[in-house]
Amino acid sequence: MEFNEIKAAIASQFPEAVLGEDLNSTPKTLILEKSALVNVCEFLHGEEGLYFDSLSCVTGIDNGPDKNTMEVVYNLYSIPYNHHLMLRVELDRENPGVESLSSIWKTADWHERETFDLFGIHFANHPDLRRILLPNDWEGYPLRKDYQEQEKYHGMTVVYDRDEPAS
Amino acid sequence: MNIQYIYDKDHLKNSEPTVNNEASIKKEEMLINIGPQHPSTHGVLRLEVVTDGEIVKDVIPHMGYLHRCFEKHAESVPYNQVLPYVDRLDYVAAMNSEHAYAMGVEKMLGIADKIPKRVEYIRVLVAELNRLASHFVAIGTYGLDIGAFTPFLWMMRDREHILRLLEWASGARMLYNYIWIGGLFYDLPVGFEERCVSFSKYLKPKLEDLKNLLISNKIFIERTANVGVLSRDLAINYGVTGPMLRGSGLKYDLRRVDGYSVYPELDFEIPIGEGQVGTVGDCWDRTWVRFRECEESVKIIDQCLERLMTDHKRDKEFDPRAVVPKKIRPKAQDFYVRAENPKGELGFFFRADGRADQAIRCKCRACSFVNLSVLPEISRGHMLSDLVAIMGSIDVVMGEVDR
Repeated sequence: MEFNEIKAAIASQFPEAVLGEDLNSTPKTLILEKSALVNVCEFLHGEEGLYFDSLSCVTGIDNGPDKNTMEVVYNLYSIPYNHHLMLRVELDRENPGVESLSSIWKTADWHERETFDLFGIHFANHPDLRRILLPNDWEGYPLRKDYQEQEKYHGMTVVYDRDEPAS
Repeated sequence: MNIQYIYDKDHLKNSEPTVNNEASIKKEEMLINIGPQHPSTHGVLRLEVVTDGEIVKDVIPHMGYLHRCFEKHAESVPYNQVLPYVDRLDYVAAMNSEHAYAMGVEKMLGIADKIPKRVEYIRVLVAELNRLASHFVAIGTYGLDIGAFTPFLWMMRDREHILRLLEWASGARMLYNYIWIGGLFYDLPVGFEERCVSFSKYLKPKLEDLKNLLISNKIFIERTANVGVLSRDLAINYGVTGPMLRGSGLKYDLRRVDGYSVYPELDFEIPIGEGQVGTVGDCWDRTWVRFRECEESVKIIDQCLERLMTDHKRDKEFDPRAVVPKKIRPKAQDFYVRAENPKGELGFFFRADGRADQAIRCKCRACSFVNLSVLPEISRGHMLSDLVAIMGSIDVVMGEVDR
């Protein structure tokens, strides 16, 4: 099934859901309305002929304070049919949040925890949204473009002034 | 320099708190921490285990002890300078990771079809050698985990032969930086192919020995068969890939599915777990798949060597850096590349904006990270000693989990 057919199948079920597409990307991307994400994914996962049974990767992207948006990118694959699809949702940067997909694909559980950890994107209905890579008492979200490291962590200096010679 | 760490007894509680506490577990249950400094966790992984007697009720992995900010680094250095960091993700299979990363950036630049065939064959050759080395570590340490010491020594001995070969080619023992974007660091040293041929001859009977010593050993089978059964549906739902997925009985190998590099020109089989001694998807099946993959890798190496010595012979004019770009600046795009690593699907997501030499975002989809997430699911209800067996059969490398 080609990208256009997948897009048409989604559009016929959820006319409002698809906001746009990105044909330049590999695999091709559908930009979705974030409130429709879970329903579309349930459809993609369960529908005969589509059957996207494997969620490969969840990526958070911060577009910086100028654009003031964040994005979450999902890479879906169908093992029996060998379909490839990339989904993207755009989020508000002030209060980024989107529904969790962990009820459909268990892979999303840890990937979303990681995205939460490094970007501060909140995944609603996630079973266990804790930091995963960084310590629990770390301040800030390091992969945001305007991230400033905290000065001290447990008494250890985090950022050294590079001009100052180590004594 | 100033005094660094300030001791406080609440630090551990604050930085990595346990999910369970005395109030949340039942009276007869016990909370046990395994790791982060424990040999059977294969690195710095901490498992919070709730047990009832010797039965595992729940396992909660805590990780991040080896977090080195790979993704943050990848946003601040140019594409070609990320390669050494890529080595350090899965440090026992650096060649495979490099291959995946270089392939992704080449495809983004649109130079993937200009890479000379000899370069591609050398890449596959070194990647398969490294796959062997990685599986040797996996099988050897797995034996060690469950009480077989000799296979570990045998595997390390044979792995060392591979590491010496790769050191000869690249100059480094484990972290090679050999596969470059657009080519190779250098052509293979003179005589490398011949040495590889004799190594392949040496290795085949050794694999037979391994099979007799460990894989079909009665004690090993009793320790691993019917333990930690991972069903196929659960494996797919958890995104588990590599030998773990194939151990659960699905013939799914990205070298065949995506057919990248020169793999479509090579003849090899995809072994799957069939439950010969227990249930499909148990610990033994995963080890069996790894062992069979070693045999297949030797087959691939033989074919690569044959082609490197006939069709794509060493040539004075050959320049492995001919297509290496001076400046790496892909067009604005999102790109996801995936490749079959010894441990599963290694993926890289790139976003390029067309103006910068660095990626705007580079996400690494680490196979060990995803494979580890299934551990709580398959270890519930097993004995505590089986938890070690299950943990070893997942074959995680913490460098890749924590990135």
